[in-house]
Amino acid sequence: MFARLLQRFTGNIDSALMFIATMLLALGLFTLYSAANEEISRLVAQGINIAVALTCMWIAAQIPPQTLMRFALPIYLAGVALLVAVDLFGEIVNGSQRWLHIGVTRFQPSEIMKIAMPLMLAWYFDRREGSVRVRDFIIATALLAIPAGLIMKQPDLGTSMLVLAAGFYVIFLAGLPWKIILGMLVAIGAATPVFWSMLHDYQQQRILTLIDPTTDPLGAGYHIIQSTIAVGSGGVQGKGWLEGTQTHLEFIPERTTDFIFAVYSEEFGLIGNGILLLLYLALIGRGLMVSAGAANFFGRLLAGAISLSFFTYVFVNMGMVSGILPVVGVPLPLISYGGTALVTLFVGIGILMSINKHRKLVQT
Amino acid sequence: MSFAEFRDHERDLRRFHARLAVAGGIVFVAFGILLARFVWLQLLHHEYYQTKAEDNRISVVPIQPNRGLILDRNGVVLARNFSAYTLEINPSKVADLDATIAALSEVVEIEARERNRFRKLRTELRGADSLPIKTRLTDEEVARFAANAYRFPGVEIKARLFRHYPFAELASHALGYMGRINDRDVEQIVEDGQKANYKGTDHIGKLGIEQNYEYELHGITGSAQVEIDANGKGIRTLSSVAPIAGNNLVLNIDAKLQEIAEQAFGNFRGALVAIEPATGGVLAFVSKPGFDPNVFVDGIDPQSWAELNNSPDRPLNNRALTGTYPPGSTFKPFMAIMGLELGKRSPEFSIADPGYFQLPGHSHRYRDWKVGGHGMVNLHKSIVVSCDTYYYGLAVDTDIDVLHNFLSQFGFGQPTGIDVQGEKSGLLPSREWKRKRFKRPEDQKWYTGDSVSVGIGQGYNLATPLQLAYATAILANNGVAFRPHIVKHIVDTQTGKQRAVEPQPVRQIPLHPKWVALVKSAMEDVTKPGGTASRAGAGAAYGFAGKTGTAQVIAIKQNEKYDEKRVAERFRDHALFIAFAPADAPKIAVGILVENGGHGSTVAAPIARTAFDYYLLGKLPDTPAVAPAAAAAGDE
Repeated sequence: MFARLLQRFTGNIDSALMFIATMLLALGLFTLYSAANEEISRLVAQGINIAVALTCMWIAAQIPPQTLMRFALPIYLAGVALLVAVDLFGEIVNGSQRWLHIGVTRFQPSEIMKIAMPLMLAWYFDRREGSVRVRDFIIATALLAIPAGLIMKQPDLGTSMLVLAAGFYVIFLAGLPWKIILGMLVAIGAATPVFWSMLHDYQQQRILTLIDPTTDPLGAGYHIIQSTIAVGSGGVQGKGWLEGTQTHLEFIPERTTDFIFAVYSEEFGLIGNGILLLLYLALIGRGLMVSAGAANFFGRLLAGAISLSFFTYVFVNMGMVSGILPVVGVPLPLISYGGTALVTLFVGIGILMSINKHRKLVQT
Repeated sequence: MSFAEFRDHERDLRRFHARLAVAGGIVFVAFGILLARFVWLQLLHHEYYQTKAEDNRISVVPIQPNRGLILDRNGVVLARNFSAYTLEINPSKVADLDATIAALSEVVEIEARERNRFRKLRTELRGADSLPIKTRLTDEEVARFAANAYRFPGVEIKARLFRHYPFAELASHALGYMGRINDRDVEQIVEDGQKANYKGTDHIGKLGIEQNYEYELHGITGSAQVEIDANGKGIRTLSSVAPIAGNNLVLNIDAKLQEIAEQAFGNFRGALVAIEPATGGVLAFVSKPGFDPNVFVDGIDPQSWAELNNSPDRPLNNRALTGTYPPGSTFKPFMAIMGLELGKRSPEFSIADPGYFQLPGHSHRYRDWKVGGHGMVNLHKSIVVSCDTYYYGLAVDTDIDVLHNFLSQFGFGQPTGIDVQGEKSGLLPSREWKRKRFKRPEDQKWYTGDSVSVGIGQGYNLATPLQLAYATAILANNGVAFRPHIVKHIVDTQTGKQRAVEPQPVRQIPLHPKWVALVKSAMEDVTKPGGTASRAGAGAAYGFAGKTGTAQVIAIKQNEKYDEKRVAERFRDHALFIAFAPADAPKIAVGILVENGGHGSTVAAPIARTAFDYYLLGKLPDTPAVAPAAAAAGDE
């Protein structure tokens, strides 16, 4: 009786994904404790975030893909509507209009789009399965451009990029012809110099600072310079947990959120970085396996896009902190402090679990 | 599901898996790039970033050394340090300076003077990170600000060492003063290779002894390695090197003698330099009026600066060092020894003085100060009665270049080399000088007529009071010259060891002892009945050798008589006096100038007497010696 209840409760939970996620959460809590100057209150807050996120994951894991398919369009439309609402009534924080107040709390509708976007496109291509034409890619691109454009306008470069990437992964996996991909790359290559010459001097300067932060060491470049020093000074073995000088003397800005990797890297070194890369690789790999084995086109596309989204988070965040990519607001998945991102990520994991669970049921 | 559909499905699945494989490959490559970057940062360039992190973390904070003290020859402290709280603003951290100062003034009273001074400092010291808005806060003010400090980011209370001159005006022109380091000072510090040592220092000696012995007084800056956070806030001290205090300076100046000499001037402007002939040590260095160097220490406010700078009495003018005046009759003893040494005159040689001198073939009369003349005058009498006619002749009989070369040995026309900067050279004319000085060829030539007035210290001659004292000291010391120096010795505060400033003479003029004795005895008779300074010398308990002098401020026409009472005070003659005592074994030699004092005998000579009485006998003046403004004419 008890065993059956447990079975019913954990039945849809994929143990491999759960194990990897738990490892990452644990590393995240250790790092957060150090980054927050050993403040317990921050750990407690993140603990609550994790509890909420795991609950969301559990719920997502219980929803069969068929149900998800049915909700794809409504969720997408609701998401776009909320983004328009943000544009009209949103609260401005730090110069960006991202937040919407609903009753007691506020949330970022753009966050919904990280899931809603691949869901919508996967649903669309699933409907067109077998007869996908160029026309469908154009429609898909339009469906992608609307929310991405609204988010970019807020402005929130990081989220907009993640939404764009998630949508693009669906389009790519749906079989976007190589010719078009190649053509797009050539077109971008050809347009860049023209676009560049159209920019004002100060705009060009801002982009150059983005590429080479050392030209503005106290302004825009400060974050990158300090985080690069943190990573480099960590060495092979790291300075040890709670021993990072860049961290504890507050040279690293936003060290509990977007720059938490600098803290981790300073204290755990190259070895720690290797372990973290392996964990993420396992997470993404497991996601891609789910995608490969999914029951239908929808499941395949959605699982693939969600897994590759994780990759986007990791690559952009680590690349930024280690100074090879420009600064955009992308958290390190399951490590960075913050509830919203955590909920989105775990909903994604929950969907992966659901797709995995239902792989055989549809197959006849 | 039909077979065709199934086949299509299989093909689609294969295609999808191929796409997935491509995506997986991209993930691998991207993670490979990240790993390569981590290896590059954490393995290959670890040391570079390690150093960067340490540089971030550790800040070397300079610790300012205590500045050396300045003491008089008896150990009286003339310049010391005290610690005081200052309220300082870091302009780069304050958005609205005026609003901040306005808000501050509600917590701590800030006077208009202090605001003006702050504004002045701000324009002068653009690079400074912290400027005082108020100095010397009381404990109550410190407490009141501390309670409100959170409202004023970028404003701090700092404990700083300040210079203090306990006697204020006393010897101000010798001591100089301290001021904030400005851009010019920074250039000098860099040039002197002292940049590292001045990292924690914001004040520097600007004038006088404070300036000239800056590097002795300053000491060696210590340092502390402090761990700081990203806001520059110190977390803890990792290690420190203690600063080494600057060396103390013991002066030759006798503070009491200095005080008595300064008081002896009364309300007159002028200068006095007293030198110990056997060493060149400067016993007193007076330039009246003086100023209070304490007002410069915190940075002088514009109003006080304007008051000092625009005063008609020119208190900032160091008359002893930079005031050049015709030496007048005080030049005669040196002319006399020249005449004897060069064989131009013998002790017995006499002239019949008609009261004027004429060049052969010229009608122009060079007048003696005494109408009708002094009768028969030999060398001894020429000094005692200060006969002009005698020296007109001697100057004409001596080639100007020969005269120049001989008298330069007494320091005329060149800096004495005293240990205070900014000294003027005065002027001892020569043919070469005149050729360089004038443009037109006829002006460049030296005429015999030019020589006549040189003989009585007029004409082109110019000397500083310091030069007069120096020449007198050389004569008193029988031709052995010691560079005048205010600092006697430098005391190492660590070891207590003393380093004397001037142990060796710079020059030894070969003079015949009998000629020196003859001139000295004549100078002694100057202060005796019949001499020009007989009143000042009356009852002196030691051999008092001197020579009076007068320097014209306005030119007198050929047939006009100078009437002291008729000319405005500022145009009256300057009074001069040189002296040394005791005459047989001189311990002190002075050069005195009293601006617009009239005759040397009435105003300047009594000052010398007062100073000598104190220095040789320990006798204090009965009443503050205020020289009479207008004295009866007669002497000289």
